[in-house]
Amino acid sequence: MATLTDPPSESFKLSMLIYDTRYRSITFQVIALILFLTLIGWLINNTVQNLQDLGKEPSFGFMNQPAGYDINQTLIPYNSQDTHLRAAFVGILNTLLVAVMGCITATVVGVFVGVLRLSGNWLVARLMTVYVEIFRNVPVLMWIVLCMAILIESLPSPSDFRGDDPEATMSFFDTVAITNRGVYVPAVEFSRGLPALPVGNAFDLSLNFVVALLVLLGGIWASGAIRRRADAIQNSTGVRPRTWHLRVGVILIPLIAVLTILGFNLQYPELKGFNFGGGLYMRNSLIALWLALSLYTAAFVAEIVRAGIMAVSHGQTEAAAALGLRPRRVMSLVVLPQALRIIIPPLISQYLNLTKNSSLAIAVGYMDVTGTLMGITLNQTGRELETVLLGMLVYLTISLIISAVMNLYNSRVALVER
Amino acid sequence: MKKTAIFGALTVAGLMAGAAGAATLDDVKARGKLNCGVSTGLAGFSNPDANGNWEGFDVAVCRAVAAAVLGDPQAVEFVPTTGKTRFTALASGEIDMLARNTTWTLSRDADLKFTFVGVNYYDGQGFMVPKELGVSSAKELDGATVCIQTGTTTELNLADFFRKNNMSYEPVPIETNAEAQQQYLAGACDVYTTDASGLASTRATFEDPSAHAVLPEIISKEPLGPLVRHGDDEWGDITRWTLNALVAAEELGITSANVAEMAASAGDNPEINRLLGTEGNLGEMLGLEADWAVKAISAGGNYGEIFESNIGESTPIGLARGLNAQWTDGGLIYSPPFR
Amino acid sequence: MSNTHADTVSYVRDTMLMQQDPPSTSVGVVGWARGNLFSGWFNTILTILSAAFVLWLLAGIVPWVVSPTWNASSLTECREILAGHEGACWGVIHERWNQLLFGFYPQELYWRPVLALVLLLIALGPILFADFVSPKILPFSAVYPFIGAWLLWGGTIWTPVMAALGFVVGYGVFVLAQRFIVPGLAFLAAVLAALVWWLVIMPFALPDLARLIPIGLEAVQSRQFGGFMLSITIGVTAILFSLPIGILLALGRRSDLPLVKWLCVGFIEFIRGVPLITLLFVASTLLNIFLPPGTNFDIILRVMIMVTLFASAYMAEVIRGGLAALPKGQYEGADSLGLDYWQAQRLIIMPQALKISIPGIVSTFIGVFKDTTLVSIISMFDPLGLANAIRADSAWNGIYWELFIFIGAVFFIFCFSMSRYSMYLERKLQTGHR
Repeated sequence: MATLTDPPSESFKLSMLIYDTRYRSITFQVIALILFLTLIGWLINNTVQNLQDLGKEPSFGFMNQPAGYDINQTLIPYNSQDTHLRAAFVGILNTLLVAVMGCITATVVGVFVGVLRLSGNWLVARLMTVYVEIFRNVPVLMWIVLCMAILIESLPSPSDFRGDDPEATMSFFDTVAITNRGVYVPAVEFSRGLPALPVGNAFDLSLNFVVALLVLLGGIWASGAIRRRADAIQNSTGVRPRTWHLRVGVILIPLIAVLTILGFNLQYPELKGFNFGGGLYMRNSLIALWLALSLYTAAFVAEIVRAGIMAVSHGQTEAAAALGLRPRRVMSLVVLPQALRIIIPPLISQYLNLTKNSSLAIAVGYMDVTGTLMGITLNQTGRELETVLLGMLVYLTISLIISAVMNLYNSRVALVER
Repeated sequence: MKKTAIFGALTVAGLMAGAAGAATLDDVKARGKLNCGVSTGLAGFSNPDANGNWEGFDVAVCRAVAAAVLGDPQAVEFVPTTGKTRFTALASGEIDMLARNTTWTLSRDADLKFTFVGVNYYDGQGFMVPKELGVSSAKELDGATVCIQTGTTTELNLADFFRKNNMSYEPVPIETNAEAQQQYLAGACDVYTTDASGLASTRATFEDPSAHAVLPEIISKEPLGPLVRHGDDEWGDITRWTLNALVAAEELGITSANVAEMAASAGDNPEINRLLGTEGNLGEMLGLEADWAVKAISAGGNYGEIFESNIGESTPIGLARGLNAQWTDGGLIYSPPFR
Repeated sequence: MSNTHADTVSYVRDTMLMQQDPPSTSVGVVGWARGNLFSGWFNTILTILSAAFVLWLLAGIVPWVVSPTWNASSLTECREILAGHEGACWGVIHERWNQLLFGFYPQELYWRPVLALVLLLIALGPILFADFVSPKILPFSAVYPFIGAWLLWGGTIWTPVMAALGFVVGYGVFVLAQRFIVPGLAFLAAVLAALVWWLVIMPFALPDLARLIPIGLEAVQSRQFGGFMLSITIGVTAILFSLPIGILLALGRRSDLPLVKWLCVGFIEFIRGVPLITLLFVASTLLNIFLPPGTNFDIILRVMIMVTLFASAYMAEVIRGGLAALPKGQYEGADSLGLDYWQAQRLIIMPQALKISIPGIVSTFIGVFKDTTLVSIISMFDPLGLANAIRADSAWNGIYWELFIFIGAVFFIFCFSMSRYSMYLERKLQTGHR
């Protein structure tokens, strides 16, 4: 009987780094690391050398210099004496604003169109197909430029509202002015409002809105509590008490009371001097960008939604019907949850695309972060390296946050596989 | 493998393109072409025609330098640049000179490390309004919506002007002149502000130019001129004196029509002789041939001819000489002596 | 039973009734319309509303489009021809047609980009139209990049030949070295050999070769590229180069080596996380700073590099999808045959993964092609950039819709046909499943 001998005790040989699979992976990784570090080092070395030749010192000190230029749409207070840093921040907020607005509209329009494409009405289905194909196959930059042109050319200018027999009048009972500079809608005002609360040096927080929001949220929570109590009663006694009037009241009455105490009223836009004054002003650049991005992305969303609905097999619908579910419940309990799983991942990447495409705002002069930090600030200071890298960092952060949040949601709706 | 191929090919391309060394003149001569940065399209100053030939006031300066250095006004590669890319293109050596209505400021000279070789057009920022608005002075523009072209000093001047006069305004930043014109005509802004020359040339192309007025206030000084990199004074001298030669030629009555005749033999006027190389060795001092100025002038004529044929009163742009008349006619255009 | 039946029923039909035609309202045009357009009041309203919308749109657009201004040579002339009527001014398209297609490419050399495009379609034939084109011309597809580049840029023929020889040298070294060392190291050696060839031998030999055997085309500067030709050149180059990079990145992302994996993930997520326009800013303002002092190549090449990097991140994700779609059995089968990693990839995995990725690759191409319009923002004369330059010409100052509609229409035709093609492919590839 041959006894099993111990495997020959291995002494480490240099050749094992290449021929032994256990070590080879380490060898390759070390090589990769060395190559990568060399590449990075090479790039940094070149950059330093080139900047030295140009006599420039990389530094972010310019961000604290006064910017010197004005921005039309500012979500936080800003004037031309503020720093470049604050100007960049104004730009970031503008980017986020248009991205959020665009994502919401794109989803709504996209779902609507996607469902209509499956409609039994031949004409409607064809129309939606034409919409999807036209918007998908023309560059988004062209849509942005075209939307702007259409707004500017087809809407009346503020001067058309002037005079005794004006060419244009305000819409919605004289509350909304639609002009080719933008749309003026009534603004919310509190005549007996609370003082604004400064948050750091960055911006002022309106306590009025905070209070109103808190009251609204409290009302919704209370209404939820009433519903849960009704559920409990129904479970124990089988009779569900009528609660809808209570639930509406608990939300509305405190809210109306608080708004009255704060002196809530609407401030309507009116023609003053060159422009409309008062009211909330949505600039044309924002509307054009918002419209173009939403319509362009909605075309992709529509395809995603259509594919998602079609991917739920017909057997599921039939089985649900066989269980005696009504059509609405079939949709909400069986089809949609399954379709959603297919829809969400590509939808996330569409949201990301929309956010990134919002950087084309410079084509219509919307002052997002590309327009402020990587636009005017770059032009005025000549700091290409710093501004472009900062701008990329901003977009990267936004993208990573969006995908992280959406992936979290995705992992909650994802099918748990056995 | 292909990845490395790209880098390899690029490095080769880089090597072949030649290092942007200190001696720009040698590079230009070796290349046989002058790389000149211009604007992507500004009527009268630089724009490509249907055949891809560039024309305009700034373009003529490039052609004059190419003629002086290489003897051929066509030996120019025009590199279109935007407000954002122009300085990087010059700093990195992609272009040898920038002739793109660029305002001469201290920070561009000292901080961005460029040398302005002179001024080929004295401009200033103005305002244009529709006449029906009934505005006669820029001081009445409180609350107006103002279209501005971004990427220039314009937005800074505008912010300063309105702040100084304690007025408010709504800026509408726009990338190109063509877009700005469209928005202004549609009434999306009350006022259009840019350099006065730009206003005049824009107004000239309107369907009804008489319905629009340029306000009398000029709110800034905008000396526009060609520029080169710091650190190559020989090249700076060549561009500076080519520009001066064009100016001096107008003052001395040398035109593209008579330059050949005057250069054929030395005449009575010693300054003309020195300029045209029939006397002295000014060309040699610059490192150029003796007849450099003759070639530069015959490329597109003297300063006055270039002005008249590109942006003068006989063109659609229709600019008057104004500040850009010769100093003998009460303008600011003045060339140091050729001696 | 039959008796009772006979008692109660006085008449029994013993032949089948002739089948009747369906009612006239449910066949033909009327029936179709009832079924598809007017089934129920809601659908009827929808139909009427949409029809009204379409008619309104057409009534607005058609009179404007049909406008006898094809031969006008300036906007003023158009206004004279139209004499106050609303109408398009198509003269600008007529006059600048060549420029919109070819940019500033020398007019007498237009045959070169056209030939390059035709050859491109031929070279892609065996890949895209595998049913109709014989795979025998695959070697031609392999050398096409060199032919295409030579046709577009011109210059001496030795540049593309020498560049191609670099690959041959690399391959030779690889085959030779493989006899002595493991494939990984052999590959490294091959890369080094090719690099030496391109960086050391080629720059030395090229000028002499070009002088000794002067065969070549007239050189064209890439600055003269423009219009749709520029868009297509950038798009095709980016896709062509991004394919190998994308494959490597996708393999890297699925690799067992954590370091390689994280480097690839980092690169892909970084590129996908920033907008293309910022990468173009890098190309136009920063790339020269990142490269060795004195390196200087023109903006089109720089843009091509950045767009290639951009496309390769997306390509990597497409190919990763293709790899993930392969059944696990394929990998296990390859392992059981005793193939090593690269052999398995080359012989089993990649051919299948790439085939299922083709629709995705085509969509990526459509995306990149559309995104090339962004280069107009960094002062390049793609169709949109040209539109701005044309509008700066005093003859056409003030023109607007005509150029954009023309450019949009051309983009639509290109992208739409490509997306239809990719859908056809998808259907074709799907037959095996379900």
